[in-house]
Amino acid sequence: MAIKTTVLTRPKMKETSYLRAALKGMKITLAHMLNPKSVTQQYPEVETRLSPRWRGTHRMEVHADGRPKCVACGLCPTVCPANCIRLVGGEDDQGNRYPVVYEIDEFRCIFCGMCQEVCPVEAIHVGQDFENAEYTRDRFVYDLDRLMNQDHPTSLLWDPTDPKSE
Amino acid sequence: MENSQIVGVEDGMVFYLITVLKIATVFGVIMLTVAYTTLAERRVSAFIQDRLGPNRVGPMGLLQPIADGLKNLFKEETLPATASKVYFLLGPMLAMIPALVTFAVIPFAAPLPTSWGAVPMIIADVPIGVLYILALSSLGVYGVVIAGWASNNKYAFLGALRASAQMISYEVGLGLSLIAVLMLAGNVTLTEIVWKQQQIGLWFAFPLSLGFILFLICAFAETNRLPFDMPEAESELITGFHTEYSAMKFSMFFIAEYAHMLTASALMATLFFGGWDLPGSWDDMFLYDGAYISGFSGDGTPILATLSLWKTLATFLAFATKTGFFLLLYIWIRWTLPRFRYDQVMELGWKIILPIALGYAMIVAGTMLTLYQIGIDYGFVFGLVLTLVSGLCTLGFVFLVDRGGTIGGAASGRKARS
Repeated sequence: MAIKTTVLTRPKMKETSYLRAALKGMKITLAHMLNPKSVTQQYPEVETRLSPRWRGTHRMEVHADGRPKCVACGLCPTVCPANCIRLVGGEDDQGNRYPVVYEIDEFRCIFCGMCQEVCPVEAIHVGQDFENAEYTRDRFVYDLDRLMNQDHPTSLLWDPTDPKSE
Repeated sequence: MENSQIVGVEDGMVFYLITVLKIATVFGVIMLTVAYTTLAERRVSAFIQDRLGPNRVGPMGLLQPIADGLKNLFKEETLPATASKVYFLLGPMLAMIPALVTFAVIPFAAPLPTSWGAVPMIIADVPIGVLYILALSSLGVYGVVIAGWASNNKYAFLGALRASAQMISYEVGLGLSLIAVLMLAGNVTLTEIVWKQQQIGLWFAFPLSLGFILFLICAFAETNRLPFDMPEAESELITGFHTEYSAMKFSMFFIAEYAHMLTASALMATLFFGGWDLPGSWDDMFLYDGAYISGFSGDGTPILATLSLWKTLATFLAFATKTGFFLLLYIWIRWTLPRFRYDQVMELGWKIILPIALGYAMIVAGTMLTLYQIGIDYGFVFGLVLTLVSGLCTLGFVFLVDRGGTIGGAASGRKARS
């Protein structure tokens, strides 16, 4: 196999001049200094826009009568790669399965969204939310009530404007 | 001129009181300017990089320097276990004091008329003005070197080494580029240099354009600002000589750097842009034979100048504007140009600035001698001829530097190989 060689022309004086390059740079920076096109988000004052695919802290969907949609099938704790979901299932007198204990340790969670993907009844969702600050560590284990009371929008896991993510 | 010849305020309590007042005012103004230059640096750099910069503390971030100062006061002072304690503490002081006292000889406005007589708007009108500045600005490097050595840290030590080499190299170019100014002014007193610029009707940046360019380059190197910030060089030496410093001691280095910048800006404004002089001749004044004069009439009798508060204020504004422009230039250049390599800095200093400054001083001296010989006296025509000669020198300098690889450094290809 022949070695490919490329002959490069020497840079011309115009291109190697420090002085001209410096002045050109000064011109560019002056233009930006006088007319800054700031891209900074003024976060606490101006809400930042999250992607519809954003996967944040979880949320449990509820039925109209306030019961969780979860049927305690056990798929989400099984699929969870971080093993952060604790589920103890129960059955009421009509034979409906429901979660007796449903806890998510948000510290362990890696926000992969697989619980949402795997859920057969669309009960558990990851949400479009990132303001999770708490004063104590135990506040980061979200129990069922807390998950049901979250009110941020749920993640779509896909972008409706770009469904095939092209 | 001695202080005793100043109209009105001759000596005694009034003189001392006014001097103390002037020192306090100038010190306060310098510290305030330094504080707000740090804010300007951060804001302007942010604008250049399409960011916002600090805008949280106070309206438009205007209280940020105060917040920074308070933070630095309350932060923990660290003292490295292996550092040389005395010199480690001495370093920041030695860096800061020369930067501040240099301002004493820079006139910042036209004399202010008071009921005790005219008060010159300069702290100490010493007869050795420029020499005093050169001496003290070289002292500034001791702070850097001692701090770097005393830290007992290899990066700090490298920074200190670089600082000493760089300062010595560019001190030469700085002094030589000043020679043209001193020859043209015929004096080293800064008040007289301002007066001479008023008399010639041209700010010295025009008749001595190449001198100004060389002085500008050397001043950047002397103040350790980019593109010459070898002693700090964050990407190479962490932060160079002040790696081990924290809290207020670090802050003192910071203040020293910006005070140096301020002094250099004020010096450039004074030496090359007329100091507090405004264009036109209405503000011309100089202490001559115990009285302020605005010029000489045809038969050589001095014309007395009229002092007024407005003149003082307007000239102070002119001085502040010129100084502010150079401060902005410092910031602007810092956020535009990348850092030179160390060998390039040395090559620029010794192989380009030094011979050119030397040759330029000779050319200016020759031109002045010729002009005096053919009977053209110091005045506007004199200045125009010098402007022409300097303009040609500047063109030659630009042509020389513009060739690719002139600032190549020892390690770069073409020139070294051929």
